[in-house]
Amino acid sequence: MGVNVEGYVHSVETGGAVDGPGLRFVVFLSGCHLRCLYCHNPDTWHLKDGKKTGVAHLLNEIMLYAHYLKRTGGGVTATGGEPLAQPEFVTALFQGCKAMGLHTALDTNGYLGESATPALLDATDLVMLDIKAFNPEVYKKLTGSDLEPTLRFAERLSEMGKPTWLRYVLVPGWTDDLASISDLAAYAAKLKMAKVEVLPFHKMGEPKWEAMGLPYALKDTQPPSAELVSHVKEIFVSHGLETV
Amino acid sequence: MDRVVTVIEDKDVKFVGPEFAGTAWKRGINVRDFIQNNVTPYLGDESFLAAPTKETLALWEEVLRLMKEERAKKGTLDMDTAIISNITSHAPGYINKDLEQIVGLQTDKPLKRALMPFGGIKIAEKACEAYGYKVSPEVHNIFTHYRKTHNEGVFDGYNDNIRKARSAHILTGLPDGYGRGRIIGDYRRVALYGIDALIADRKEQVSTLDHTINEETIRLREELAEQTRALAELKQMAASYGCDISKPSTTAKEAVQAVYFGYLAAVKEQNGAAMSLGRTSTFLDIYIERDLKTGILTEAEAQELIDHLVMKLRMVRFARTPEYNDLFSGDPLWVTESLGGMGVDGRTLVTKSSFRFLHTLTNLGPAPEPNLTVLWSERLPEGFKKYCAHMSITTSSIQYENDDLMRTYWGDDYGIACCVSAMRIGKQMQFFGARANLAKTLLYAINGGRDEVSGKQIGPAFTPITSEVLDYKEVMPRFDAMMEYLAGVYMDALNVIHYMHDKYCYERIEMALHDRDILRTMACGIAGLSIAADSLSAIKFAKVHVKRDERGLATGFDIEGEFPCYGNNDDRVDSIAVDLVERFMKKLKNLKTYRGAVPTQSVLTITSNVVYGKKTGSTPDGRMAGEPFAPGANPMHGRDKKGALASLSSVAKLPYEYSQDGISNTFSIVPGALGKTDHGRKDNLTGLIDGYFESGGHHLNVNVFDRETLLDAMEHPELYPQLTIRVSGYAVNFIKLTREQQLDVVNRTFHKTV
Repeated sequence: MGVNVEGYVHSVETGGAVDGPGLRFVVFLSGCHLRCLYCHNPDTWHLKDGKKTGVAHLLNEIMLYAHYLKRTGGGVTATGGEPLAQPEFVTALFQGCKAMGLHTALDTNGYLGESATPALLDATDLVMLDIKAFNPEVYKKLTGSDLEPTLRFAERLSEMGKPTWLRYVLVPGWTDDLASISDLAAYAAKLKMAKVEVLPFHKMGEPKWEAMGLPYALKDTQPPSAELVSHVKEIFVSHGLETV
Repeated sequence: MDRVVTVIEDKDVKFVGPEFAGTAWKRGINVRDFIQNNVTPYLGDESFLAAPTKETLALWEEVLRLMKEERAKKGTLDMDTAIISNITSHAPGYINKDLEQIVGLQTDKPLKRALMPFGGIKIAEKACEAYGYKVSPEVHNIFTHYRKTHNEGVFDGYNDNIRKARSAHILTGLPDGYGRGRIIGDYRRVALYGIDALIADRKEQVSTLDHTINEETIRLREELAEQTRALAELKQMAASYGCDISKPSTTAKEAVQAVYFGYLAAVKEQNGAAMSLGRTSTFLDIYIERDLKTGILTEAEAQELIDHLVMKLRMVRFARTPEYNDLFSGDPLWVTESLGGMGVDGRTLVTKSSFRFLHTLTNLGPAPEPNLTVLWSERLPEGFKKYCAHMSITTSSIQYENDDLMRTYWGDDYGIACCVSAMRIGKQMQFFGARANLAKTLLYAINGGRDEVSGKQIGPAFTPITSEVLDYKEVMPRFDAMMEYLAGVYMDALNVIHYMHDKYCYERIEMALHDRDILRTMACGIAGLSIAADSLSAIKFAKVHVKRDERGLATGFDIEGEFPCYGNNDDRVDSIAVDLVERFMKKLKNLKTYRGAVPTQSVLTITSNVVYGKKTGSTPDGRMAGEPFAPGANPMHGRDKKGALASLSSVAKLPYEYSQDGISNTFSIVPGALGKTDHGRKDNLTGLIDGYFESGGHHLNVNVFDRETLLDAMEHPELYPQLTIRVSGYAVNFIKLTREQQLDVVNRTFHKTV
């Protein structure tokens, strides 16, 4: 086990209840290949946005909170940025967490799914897979990259029976095409995804874009209405999926 | 009515009352033994609870109407200006006699504030004048020319040093002009034994003092005589409502009524800062269980009794000055009721009535009073834990205190007075001591005892620090010496205050419901802990440049570089906070106290963190002059950057051993951040409280709401008459806070993630 592995960590949150089951210690890793228009952490795009951190150091910190995390069936979530930009570090981190008896969750966009080694996935209890859009063209416009690698990763997870949650950010005018959502729902059902989280678009990231001097393309986009969110959830439910 | 009585052959047994198990409690006063022998622990969930009865709803509607009228009249509906309040001073008062299951008001009318001048006539007069009333010339005359008050006594006793420290606000909020409170009568005794037996007990207690006459026994004899008189008056007051409480209660209704009469007598006579109820729910449950079993009570009727009791507790009022409100805003009373907890034998003390008390927040809506306090143990029944979490999430009206920690100090029949002060019920009291300002003390250490606001020499004239950059090694010894001064002047002040309070404003009825020989603690406290810790951290780990004004006083600080802040689970600074708590406590322990009280301290500010901040200059942590401190033991808002668990972990490090009067932490979170489902939110909050207390944390206020709700309530108070929030150690109606206090609450950290 690579106790000497180092990685670029942007920040940690010593408690989260919305990134996986129970209370979570959330690790924000830096570096991401996608450039999603609604990204709420543009300050984590580049590896060097993070601070070089030894995995042992991070695990020692996590240990301080193990009693909170275990009580609620919670654990550690790696997110970012894109955690699969640093697969070795995530592997060592998750292996350490498993040794402490903590649940591990990987929050990923799946674009770098090929970097997820068997060892990494072996130490991962749950994958939270963000599929940003199900129409390849929309996906490209929204993220600047191709959808295909993410789908390949989704299918691989399904084949190996890895518990997977689908995360879908609902952006009015971008990802609210109901036919496409229905196709995605059918796909998720076919892959037997355990849960679907429909995340309403919000603008909490906007100030960060401004601070970085970057144009924010979704300036005029409003969060989806409650009706739309519940309607989209119903589409997933109608395909036999559990939603949150 | 069930009238089975016990007459045991044993000649030592004096108790004649309804049949309950156990003998020790029948031989002498021992409420705990009664509870242990008769409690029915409840391990289930809340599904048994009953909705409010029609009568309850009608009565509560009437109370809400009165409260609305009260708010419209600047917060005070009516005041007495001529009747000096005592246990029997008023004719019976009612809200609506036909609907009330539990009767009794402080005065002859609901929400009318009584006149209690024994704490200080000037303050009583000021309180009246603030609301457009005037104390009658006769009362003014009596208390100006013939009868001395606590307040006057204190100022006869204060020396120059104390006066200076007080006017410089290095000591603030001292109970020298208002009732000290924080004494919990064991009101359960009224129900369990009846007044006649309690009077007989007092007489026996006096008789054992016959052999020696000295200053101590003279005082005790006089106190016991006063207590006996107060008990007789309590019986008389109850009789005026048509209730005979001379004998033990035989039904649940009688027991609830008797406990309330005991409490009512206390709040008729004492305008104490905190007038707590104790730990009554599990005691009362024993009577309720029995009546449910024998079929003379239904669940709806049982709930009605508790709803009506709680309604009465929500209506207690005191006449208070605007200055008092600056310190403890929102008209708080700390009618603290302690719920749940575990017995030392491992059985839980959670009963169905623990649920019934919390259920009043549903039946009557959220409210700050009574101050519902859950004594939390890891081993509490899951159903109760989940119900508490649910009620916290929906009402933000509950505080939690670590029973697993406190039980080892105080046993399993303690209650919380005020916010966080544990005391064995009927066996222990405290001399309330407000708090000393640690942040200002640090400035005194830098400025050679001169006050940074007034420029006056207040503390000892040690050599001021003159270097341009502060050196930790130079600051710390001076800070230590200044803390030594502070501890001394503080204890001097408290000794004077409590000597005089005993003399001029003695709590007759509350002390009548205590054992004769009790443990007294001298409850000191500190404010500005996080400011002092962060300041020392800045001095130690960054470079703090001093800016001195024309008087040569350090009034500004420039910080160069980074430093760890308290609230991030970083030992480099957390250890400084721990050290300050231990250091000050050790100094207090060395001092001589009035009546041999055992010194303790709390890290608790209530809402006075705002006033303390206002009176304190800029501090080396970067806080600007006049800015509020963090409340209680909380990290300074915005400085806890690593999330909630790190913040909680820093506070949990503060040692209860050195802060036995409590360590207050207020935790606010937006609902969405606790989880995505109701079920998940309850589980996560439960785990969070369990985890905090496992780490050694002592107290946690839990608020669950959005900042936007508060901002909206500031603009449209009329839409939020019952919006309740927890502040340091108590809860308030948000709309009753001053705008300044409201902003302070809004600006504090709201965890967006757990």
